[in-house]
Amino acid sequence: MDTMRDRFVDVTTRLLDEDPRLAVVLADITAAAFTPAQERHPDRVVNVGIREQLLIGAAGGLALSGMRPIAHTFASFLIERPFEQVKLDLVHQGVGAVLVSAAGSYDWPAGGRTHMSPGDVALLDTLPDWTVHVPGHPDEAEQLLRHAYADGDRNVYVRLSAHQNEAAVAVEPGRFTTVRTGSRGVVLAVGPMLDAVLAATEGLDVTVLYAATVRPFDAAGLRAAAGDRADVVLVEPYLAGTSANEAHAALSDRPHRVLGLGVPREEHRHYGSIPEHLAAYGLDAPALRERIATFLW
Amino acid sequence: MTTNASAETPTESRFEDLPALMGLMTGDEKHGPAATSTLDALWVLYDRVLRVTPADAEAQDRDRFLLSKGHGPMAYYAVLAAKGFIDPEVLPSFGGYDSPLGHHPDRLLIPGVEIASGSLGHGLPLAVGTALGLRAQGLTDPAVWVLVGDAEFDEGSNAEAVAFAGAYGLDRLHVVVIDNSSATHGWQGGIAARFEAEGWSTATVDGRDHEALHRAFTAEHPGRPHVVVARVEPKENH
Repeated sequence: MDTMRDRFVDVTTRLLDEDPRLAVVLADITAAAFTPAQERHPDRVVNVGIREQLLIGAAGGLALSGMRPIAHTFASFLIERPFEQVKLDLVHQGVGAVLVSAAGSYDWPAGGRTHMSPGDVALLDTLPDWTVHVPGHPDEAEQLLRHAYADGDRNVYVRLSAHQNEAAVAVEPGRFTTVRTGSRGVVLAVGPMLDAVLAATEGLDVTVLYAATVRPFDAAGLRAAAGDRADVVLVEPYLAGTSANEAHAALSDRPHRVLGLGVPREEHRHYGSIPEHLAAYGLDAPALRERIATFLW
Repeated sequence: MTTNASAETPTESRFEDLPALMGLMTGDEKHGPAATSTLDALWVLYDRVLRVTPADAEAQDRDRFLLSKGHGPMAYYAVLAAKGFIDPEVLPSFGGYDSPLGHHPDRLLIPGVEIASGSLGHGLPLAVGTALGLRAQGLTDPAVWVLVGDAEFDEGSNAEAVAFAGAYGLDRLHVVVIDNSSATHGWQGGIAARFEAEGWSTATVDGRDHEALHRAFTAEHPGRPHVVVARVEPKENH
């Protein structure tokens, strides 16, 4: 199976041929894979080098000129490092771009903390009107990227990961999908967390919702799934509790409980592999089963 | 409130009218060098160089002027008023709750203002992207101008943009640096040297000399971006 990042290069290369408004800005990361696209569209595939303030600033300028810019690098360098550019060169200017990240929270554990960005979605939550897609499979990534490129001039963040589910879910952008129905609570699995959540809740009487879009948060979908028993567990592949406020707001009209699971805030000074890190964070299937069951029963 | 003055008389305004327009914002017709450090460069640009008027402020092939140094925008607002982008009657509201004229400009509130600025070091990268976008649309004629200050140049984002634009040969990009020697650690060897080293065309002129500014602004610079360093009186009390 290809990765989400492979699919990003493929679908973007194809769409550059079809949509003259699209322009890709890179900061060395993934630049080699975009070489064929750059040869066909030298003015619309621009690698600025290792300059992430310019990466976002140039995307803002492209948008001001009427283009639909796509900016891409690792999440640490796309959201965290140039965060003021995200705030001012896109949002404050009143223009939009599609920011496509790779590496996420724990994709390269051997690379250590510098290449981990578990706080990216929480940071974007401090700004108005972002759409945030967190696909769990390359097919979902393709669908959501196509949707993002055509999503008017909105600011859209597409968080791609090397961690992915075995099978794609038929998602509708902006809506949660019901994967399993039960009566003792709701577990909301975000993107790559779905396979572990399904394994963890095997045989448990719970509803499993799947989110490949987390902003806007599908409050109506969560309310409908929660019903009278509004006990909700969020399982997110970034900072634990990032969507807790959204869940509380969605359920503010009824008594409810929310448990937010995800990547801990504490620095985890170990290298190794993705499975080792998921286990250490309590996000593998056995740990999730224990934590979900303890909360719901 | 409208900020769009009727486009009847703007071209008849003169440089000598600007202090009175600034006075509508500051309540004083006399302004120190710091408040007017950008005034001459802005005037020459809007009066003789930029191909943009209130009537074509939205035209895709207009020249773009990006005020990156958003601090002290009274001179900018005065020039925009003199040229008909802003109704002079709006000027006294400067800084007020309902005013479109903040102490830093907001592009969503003022016609003809290309970027919202205030935080330093954002205009030049935005100008790079604008020049890239115009080139990608086949618009090779419009010029993109950005004004920065010598102290603003401390921000590293400028270095990112200068190095890239020089290497890329972004020849529709133009920078005017207002140099009032306000950078805390100065620029040894001069600011123009930073641009020259990255392959830019450069000129350093007296920022109060309108003919010298005009010559520098209109110099040919094929294949290279162009910077004009406009030197003015040193900022006091810094």
